[in-house]
Amino acid sequence: MEQALVKHKQVPNLALLPAGNPRMLEWLKPDDMIKIAKLLGDQFEYILIDCPAGIEDGFKNAMAAAEEAIVVTTPEVSAVRDADRVIGLLNAHGIKPIQLVLNRVRPKMMLNNEMLPVSDVTDILALPLLGLVLEDEQVIISTNRGEPLTLNGTRSPAAVEYNNVARRLTGEEVPLIDPLKAGGGIRSKLGRLLQTKIF
Amino acid sequence: MTLLDIINKLLGRQPASADTARQRLQLVLAHDRSDLNPELLEQMRREILEVVSRYVEIDLEEGDVSLETEDRVTALVANLPIKRARPTPLPVPERDEPEPAPTPA
Repeated sequence: MEQALVKHKQVPNLALLPAGNPRMLEWLKPDDMIKIAKLLGDQFEYILIDCPAGIEDGFKNAMAAAEEAIVVTTPEVSAVRDADRVIGLLNAHGIKPIQLVLNRVRPKMMLNNEMLPVSDVTDILALPLLGLVLEDEQVIISTNRGEPLTLNGTRSPAAVEYNNVARRLTGEEVPLIDPLKAGGGIRSKLGRLLQTKIF
Repeated sequence: MTLLDIINKLLGRQPASADTARQRLQLVLAHDRSDLNPELLEQMRREILEVVSRYVEIDLEEGDVSLETEDRVTALVANLPIKRARPTPLPVPERDEPEPAPTPA
């Protein structure tokens, strides 16, 4: 296990266990995942299992060892539909709590009512919101460079929210941003006025 | 209705798409969650209408049996406008020969 773990250069207590190549993953079974998680559990406080998209074998493996779940989706019809299927499976396996991270939120589109409001997504999926990440070009730029967004000092909106998500996971109370106020200024004030329900 | 909706209407613009997105999602999720295929749903709908119309005359044009979903609970919602009650229920049709819904007397 020590040989397989890749230690982070800047953060000494953070390590990555790569999934290996797809051919090797064929023989990986849910029971193996549980064993691996148990081994890691002696050494680490938090184990985050990155789950492949979809609900195939990869998802079943990832779910086997999970104690709780974070579902990440974007406010789009097809993404929310997929998230709903995943939540259904997580529920069926008794995994809880399940929390929601809403990703790639575009405040301007939400102000114009051209993007599902946050409350619609949380209502439809019936999950508490763990994080609300705004669409952020810095995400692409930092992955281009291969630098973690949270460590490169940009303090971009996504970086701040990633940090906030981590703090909330540890039990700290960090208020969520209001995407309708994220724009600031007259534009967002006007937008909120336009969205006030009249009748 | 919001101020934005009214402005859109006055300018003859399409209504904002977020509302449509929510409606589309609710419809598709109701079906996803119930895991009923359309044929079964249609068969169930026909049988429900058949049973109800033995007791009351219903408006078949206006009648609607659909799936709705809220808070991860899916409900079968039947909206069947009653024209009038029947003095005596119609007899149960023979199961062997498939019969269309009884026509109002």
